[in-house]
This record gives sequence, structure tokens and C-alpha cells, in this order.
Amino acid sequence: MTDILNALILFSNFVLVPATAYGAQLALGALGVTLVFGILRFSNFAHGDTMAFGTMVVILVTWWFQSMGISIQPLPTALLALPFGILATVGMLLTTDRLVYRFYRKQRSAPIVFVMASVGVMFVMNGIVRFIIGPNDQAFNDGARFIIKARDFKAATGMAEGLTIKVSQALTLGIAVIVVIALFWFLQRSRTGKAMRAFSDNEDLALLSGISPERVVMITWIIAAALATIAGTLYGLDKSFKPFTYFQLLLPIFASAIVGGIGNPIGAIAGGFVVAFSEVTITYAYKKFLKYLLPENLEPDSLMQLLSTDYKFAVSFVILVLVLLVRPTGIFKGKVL
Amino acid sequence: MSINRNVLMFLGMFGLLAIVGFGQSWSVALTILNLCLISAVMALGVNIQWGYAGLFNVGIMGFAALGGVAAVLVSKPPVTEAWSAGAAGIGLAIVSLGVTIAATIYARRQLTGRLRSLASLAIIIIGFFVTRGIFDPSVSAIEAIEPAKTGYLGGLGLPIIFSWAVGGLFAAGAAWLVGKIALGLRSDYLAIATLGISEIIIAVLKNEDWLTRGVKNVAGLDRPVPREIELQNAEWFISLADKLGANVITFSSIFVKLSYSVLFAIVLLAILWLSEKALKSPWGRMMRAIRDNRDAAEAMGKDVTRRHLQVFILGSAVVGIAGAMLTTLDGQFTPGTYNPLRYTFLIWVMVIVGGSGNNWGAVLGGFLIWFVWIEAEPASAWLMNLVTSGMYEGSALRDHLVASAPHMRLVVMGLILLLVLRFSPRGLIPEKGGR
Repeated sequence: MTDILNALILFSNFVLVPATAYGAQLALGALGVTLVFGILRFSNFAHGDTMAFGTMVVILVTWWFQSMGISIQPLPTALLALPFGILATVGMLLTTDRLVYRFYRKQRSAPIVFVMASVGVMFVMNGIVRFIIGPNDQAFNDGARFIIKARDFKAATGMAEGLTIKVSQALTLGIAVIVVIALFWFLQRSRTGKAMRAFSDNEDLALLSGISPERVVMITWIIAAALATIAGTLYGLDKSFKPFTYFQLLLPIFASAIVGGIGNPIGAIAGGFVVAFSEVTITYAYKKFLKYLLPENLEPDSLMQLLSTDYKFAVSFVILVLVLLVRPTGIFKGKVL
Repeated sequence: MSINRNVLMFLGMFGLLAIVGFGQSWSVALTILNLCLISAVMALGVNIQWGYAGLFNVGIMGFAALGGVAAVLVSKPPVTEAWSAGAAGIGLAIVSLGVTIAATIYARRQLTGRLRSLASLAIIIIGFFVTRGIFDPSVSAIEAIEPAKTGYLGGLGLPIIFSWAVGGLFAAGAAWLVGKIALGLRSDYLAIATLGISEIIIAVLKNEDWLTRGVKNVAGLDRPVPREIELQNAEWFISLADKLGANVITFSSIFVKLSYSVLFAIVLLAILWLSEKALKSPWGRMMRAIRDNRDAAEAMGKDVTRRHLQVFILGSAVVGIAGAMLTTLDGQFTPGTYNPLRYTFLIWVMVIVGGSGNNWGAVLGGFLIWFVWIEAEPASAWLMNLVTSGMYEGSALRDHLVASAPHMRLVVMGLILLLVLRFSPRGLIPEKGGR
């Protein structure tokens, strides 16, 4: 019995808890991608770098607060800086929309032209972020580290295995839940949210009923900026901030959005968790876990790892391809334009 | 008139290189020229996919890296002990993988309903563990042999120049597989799928040490041209340098770079000639017809999916050739240095700026953008020094600005792409209206 419990604790510690936090981060990122896709109808390649930009502003403001001695211990100062990051990112995205995307909207260009323009925006944002904060790792989490420490857990329960829950993980989940509830309330109940859904569903019909397209687009960018900054900051608090890592997050985020059904917000959330859990479960080494569960003579001597950790991109990608082949609209019916 | 304009633009490009030659040094100018030539070949490959057929492939990095693998596998001498230790196991694992895939496909064709999913799942799981069971011990056996020096299977020990063709074949094979899976998808999805595949290829190359030594890198690759030190000791070379009145050591390095340039130029011209022939043939007209109106072409009886697969393979093969050339020039294979900004998106900027659909445009774009990419670094450093010259020495902001100047070139590239897309979407040398 204790063996089974120990195995469960081990599994929660290394798979369940980290994957849930990572899944929530991916879900927030995928929500941004999916909203932009639903309203503007293109895959935004600059989303990863938008996250990096927002997080960078949050980090800079955090440093400024720290130098002035402002803090909200035991929570990280970054939460206090988050609104500033969101504001700056909103400004950035509205500027790029005005300077870049609006022209192509007027021209009614093909989606692929938008994608290319977003690649250009990606380059510029990537350059700006590296220029301002440099290409290296930045740790900016100054709050308390743990809610439950492995040692305390062991002492309290008397188990051989410990469970660790980091503050950043709990924060991620809490904030993600609040953000998602607020977003769904907005989309379902508010007048603007309904206009957005109508616009996404049938653009011409929405225009006929007097919905202002420019306003819908503006609100979409504002929400996308907020989601990207929050997702980026939470990811940075949980792991660390590095511009190139954020660029690479693009792939799991796209995978999440498409797996869930692109253009569909519920799908983006489900997709985020599907991708995160597959990545973590497939790259986890099960040796110790099985040791608890199997009789002694069956104990494995290898690591029992399905795939090496470096293949985590491959996992999100294989899921992506499978979904595209078997059910192109995603788990929840999204759009296939 | 437009022919003259194009000739003038190319002359201007060589003028820029000459300015570097006189201003900095000829050695630097030739280094830039060599990479310009390789970039031009890559841009030609992308142009075949995008310009001819409208396929948006952002997996260039992966195909270029496969070309690099070819350079290693062709030129490095085989490690005999590693072969006897693990080659049989690796071969068996590959067979087992093949059997698994074939059995899965067979099961999916023969069975229906719930039984089909269950059977394929069971076959995949059993196949995975059997394959891993054969594969893992062989890999550790291979990697255990002198891990500091070899620890991999080695290659065929042939002259490295053959690897350029082999690189093309590798990339073509991968493109066939990718195309089979991804070409049915709409354009954005194809982009995302290829982006993912290129990341996977790099992950494999970084991790499968038995094949490419992974992040331990393979250095000291064979060269298709003589080494500087051999030249410096050769009678004929010393007398040639004497005749030209040049320093033997400087001249030898320039001579080596020039030999590379000649080889690369031959490849570039051959591919350019073939591409132009293809574009002007009925095949080229058909491709453009498919690109411009897919439904109409399909109604005329053209097999669009097959043609897309064909053009995807051809374009990727050209990128693979360029990738092998690049690794040959570097003299080493370093999987850790492949970065999508440099190897995928930069090539895209070249094609868009040069003029999508026009091969000469792709070549000019390859030259120009590589030149700007390289020269943007000293230029922005110079600019930053100028901007910050008013600040006092040693101020933190000034140090930061000067140190970060190299990142400006990403911004420059993005701006160039955005400006060309907006104000001159047909590029420097637009596609000819062939109708």
C-alpha cells in the first residue's frame, strides 16, 4: 500500500504538477493564437516573440520596483509589474497592426501574406527584445519559492517520496483560471464579445449588422497582448526567461491551438493540456515509479524513458500531425478555412 | 530596359563586394562571396517551392542540416570497431521499425471500426518496445568506442564533393516523407508542420550520437580544395605568388577561398540553368497555372497533389545540396548552431526581397541579403558608437547599447521584409508575366 502511495506521490511530483502548470501556460498562449486566427484569419508567427516582449517589459519594471524597494512578499514582484507589461504589449501590437496588418486587411490579401508579414514582425520583435535585455537567461522570481517543500512533506506524512509544489505553479494555475473565466464571460456575455464571435463566425453577416471591423480587430489585439504577456510572465516565473526559448514555444502553442480546434477557445485550453501532458509523460523516466509498483524480481534496470527529453518538440509535433490526419478540425470542432 | 536594369543590379552587387575587398580586405570579401553563393543556391530551392508552386515551407533549416549530415557520412572514414560492435543491431532496429510501420499500415487497411484502432495501437506499442530493445544496446556499444574521438559509425571515407549530391538525395528523401504527410494541408498548416519537422530533424541530429556525434560535433572534415599549408610548400604556387608579387601566406588563403568560390559558382550556375529551363518548359507553365488557380488546373486534369509533392522534393533537394556545401565550407558539422532565424527565415527574406517566382531574383536576393546580414553587424556597431559618442566614457547605458548593437540586424532584416512586402511585393526582379 505505501508502495502504491509512494509511486503516486512520485508521479504527481514529476509529472502531474509540472505538466498542469505547463499546460496552463500553453493554454494561455494558444488562446491568443486562436483568437487572432478566429478574427484576423492567419497563424501569427510573431506570438512567441510577443510573449517575450511582454515578459521583457514585466522584468524591466520588476527590476525598477526592486530598486525602489517595492515588493509584495511572499508573491513575486512581477505580478505587480504585470499590468505595465500588458499596457506596453497592447501598445506594441496596436502599433504593428496600424503599420503592418491593416494595409493587408484593406487589400483583402491572402492569409499567406499575413503570415509572411507576421514573420517580419517576429524578426523585429525578436531583435528589439535581444537588443534591450540581451539573449541570455534572466531569472526574476523574487517571491517565496515553495508552497510545499519535499522535506516538509516527507516529515508530515512519513512517506519516502516528497511532493514539491512551487509558488509559481500554484500562481500559474490560479491566474490561468481567473483569466479564462474572465475571457469566457467577456466572449459570451458582453456586447463586444458577442460582436467578436459573430465576426469570427461570419464576417460579411457581421458587417451587415453594423459591427465595426476595426473595433473588433483592435479588441482582439488587446486581448491577445494581455494573454501573451500573462502566459510569458507565468512561464518565466516558473522556468526562466530567455528570448530564444520563447520563440521555440511557438511550436507547442500552435500544436495546442490546432489540436483543440483552431479558432475555438475551449479547444485551445484542452489542446494546451493535451500537449503538455503528452510531452511530460512521454519524456519522463519511469524507472523509480515502476520500482515501487513491480515485484522485486521484475525491477527494470534501464531508465524506462520512452523518449529522451530533447524530443519534446517531436511529441507536440506528432500529436499535431496525428490530429491533422485523423480529425483536421481538432478535438473540438474548429475552423478549417 | 528591364534586362539592363537587372544587369545593373548584379553589377552593383559585385561593386558592393569590391568595396569590401578594397575597404576591409579581399579575404573578407571572398568569405562573404562564398556564403552569398551558398545562400543563392538555398534561395533558388525555396523559390522553386514558393515561386513556382506557392508552397510555404518554413523547414529549410532541417533540409540544410540533412545536407550537412551527408557531408559527414560521405567524407569521414568509417570507424571499423563501431561497425562491428553495433552496425548489425542498428540495421536490425531499422528493419524492425520498417516492419512496425508496414504492419500498422496493413492493419489500418484491412480492419475496420474499433478493432482497427486497437490493433494499430497494439502493433505500434509492441513495435516501439521491440525496436528500442534492439536499438539501445547497439547504440551504447557504438558510443562506448573512444567517445572522445569517435563514438559514432563514421562515414564512407569518400571525397567530400560527392556529399553535395548525397545531401540533395537525403533532403529529397525527407521531403518525400514530409510531403506525403503535410502537403494536403492548407497553407498555414503546411508552414507549421514544416517548422515542426525542421525542429525534429535538429533534435535527432543533436541526440543520436551514434550517427553524427550529436553536440560533440564532427570537426576536421575533408576538403575539396588544397589546404593553405600544402600550397605554401608547393613549388608552382610559390613561383606563381612571386610572379604576381603577392605574399605567399596571404595569397594561399585567398587562393583557397577562390577555389571554393569557383566550385560553388559552378553548382549555382548549373542549378540556375536547370531551374530556368524547367520554368520555361511546359512543366513550369503547369506549375504556375496550379499556383495561380488550383481548381482550374485540377479541372484541366492536372494531378495537383502529385505535382506539389514533386516540386516540394525538387526544392528541398536543392536546399540539401546547399546545406552540404555549407558544411563543407565550414569544415565541421555542429548541430547546435542551426537556428531557424538564420537558416529558415533569413532565406525567406532573400526570396521575397529578390522577387518570388524569378530565379535571377532569388539569386540576387541571396547575395544582397547575405551581404546586408553580415555588414549590418559592423554598420550597427559603428552607428551605435556614433549615437553614443555624446555620452561619457564608461556609462552603463553606453556600454549596453554598444554591446547589444549586433542584435540590430534582426530588426534590420524584419524591416526589410516588411517594407518589401508592403511597397514592392514583387521584389527586386519581378516574375515575368509569361502569358
